[in-house]
Amino acid sequence: MDMERVDQIIEKHNSEPSSLIQILLDIQSENRWLPKEALERISEKLQVPLTRIQQIATFYKAFSLVPKGRHGIHICMGTACHVRGAQRVLDTVEELTGIKPGETDADLKFSLETVNCLGCCALGPVMEIDGEIHGNMTPAETAETLKKYE
Amino acid sequence: MSEILLEIDGRQVEASPDMTVLQAAQKLGIKIPTLCHHEKLEPYGACRLCMVEVESRGSTKLVVSCVYPVENNLVVRTRSEKVDKVRKMILELLLAHAPDSRDLQRYAQEYGADKNRFEKEPSFCIHCGLCVRYCAEVKKKHAIGFIDRGTHREINFIQEIASKECWNCKECFPLCPTEALQAAYVLSGALVSSLPIFK
Ligand code: SF4
Ligand code: FES
Ligand code: FES
Repeated sequence: MDMERVDQIIEKHNSEPSSLIQILLDIQSENRWLPKEALERISEKLQVPLTRIQQIATFYKAFSLVPKGRHGIHICMGTACHVRGAQRVLDTVEELTGIKPGETDADLKFSLETVNCLGCCALGPVMEIDGEIHGNMTPAETAETLKKYE
Repeated sequence: MSEILLEIDGRQVEASPDMTVLQAAQKLGIKIPTLCHHEKLEPYGACRLCMVEVESRGSTKLVVSCVYPVENNLVVRTRSEKVDKVRKMILELLLAHAPDSRDLQRYAQEYGADKNRFEKEPSFCIHCGLCVRYCAEVKKKHAIGFIDRGTHREINFIQEIASKECWNCKECFPLCPTEALQAAYVLSGALVSSLPIFK
């Protein structure tokens, strides 16, 4: 991520120390992760210690300090999805992408996470990719769906 | 400032309104065990070892004395069956993380805490925050901070700041109730490699 863009985001929030989380969120959603240089820049501009920024960036799951894939896969492992076969969906995704939950593949194509209930249990087992819900997943459909992502 | 009158372990004490129960007790020379308290630092209330029983307006409750402000007519008991039981439990839980800490062992003896009660999960750091807060509040260097959360929380040195400041300071080491093992370890790690979380 170029630092000019980071500066723009910081300025959009008037370099307000109280907007720290908002600034981090903006960078996270644009860049998909928080590079160290960006955090140092924020620290300098907002006059907030880097220790504080790190504490926040590591506290919330919404932030990542390592590069994330272009597509974020969330497999629901909640109770309803679990009994409807979420494990098989997860196994299929792990096999096809070669990554485990919490990991990103080498081509930065996919990042995989598990979640506990996406709030649409009737559609279970549910797989969410980039915010889009794919319901009633079978292993075959899971494989089909993954193919659509570049 | 008008003085506040309260009773601690049956003795009357005058305190100023900005004092905590812990400070008022110290004024009387009454010792309350603490782990995360430091007179140069803002109250933090992390370890809960300094719990005492207070009685005000007819009811008793357990409060954390290092963050609890004094109040008129407060009746405080720094030792009671309930208080001792809580302290024993806290010590047993902390000892599972830092079994070799001398501070903890000393208190454990006093309160009859069994260091083997809970399965050991040595992490050395008991999250008292003394090192982090001392660096921020007293030295104003912010070389060390916490990362992650819950049981995964750990201290972390900022390599760039640490390599400049820490070798000549190290004032946080003796503050650590777990004998600075962790601090020393993480610091040397931070100086030779890059920050663990940025690997
Ligand atoms: S390293 Fe020691 S001083 Fe620092 S937070 Fe952990 S227990 Fe406290
Ligand atoms: S359990 Fe999966 S959506 Fe509720
Ligand atoms: S000394 Fe009061 S909570 Fe630690």
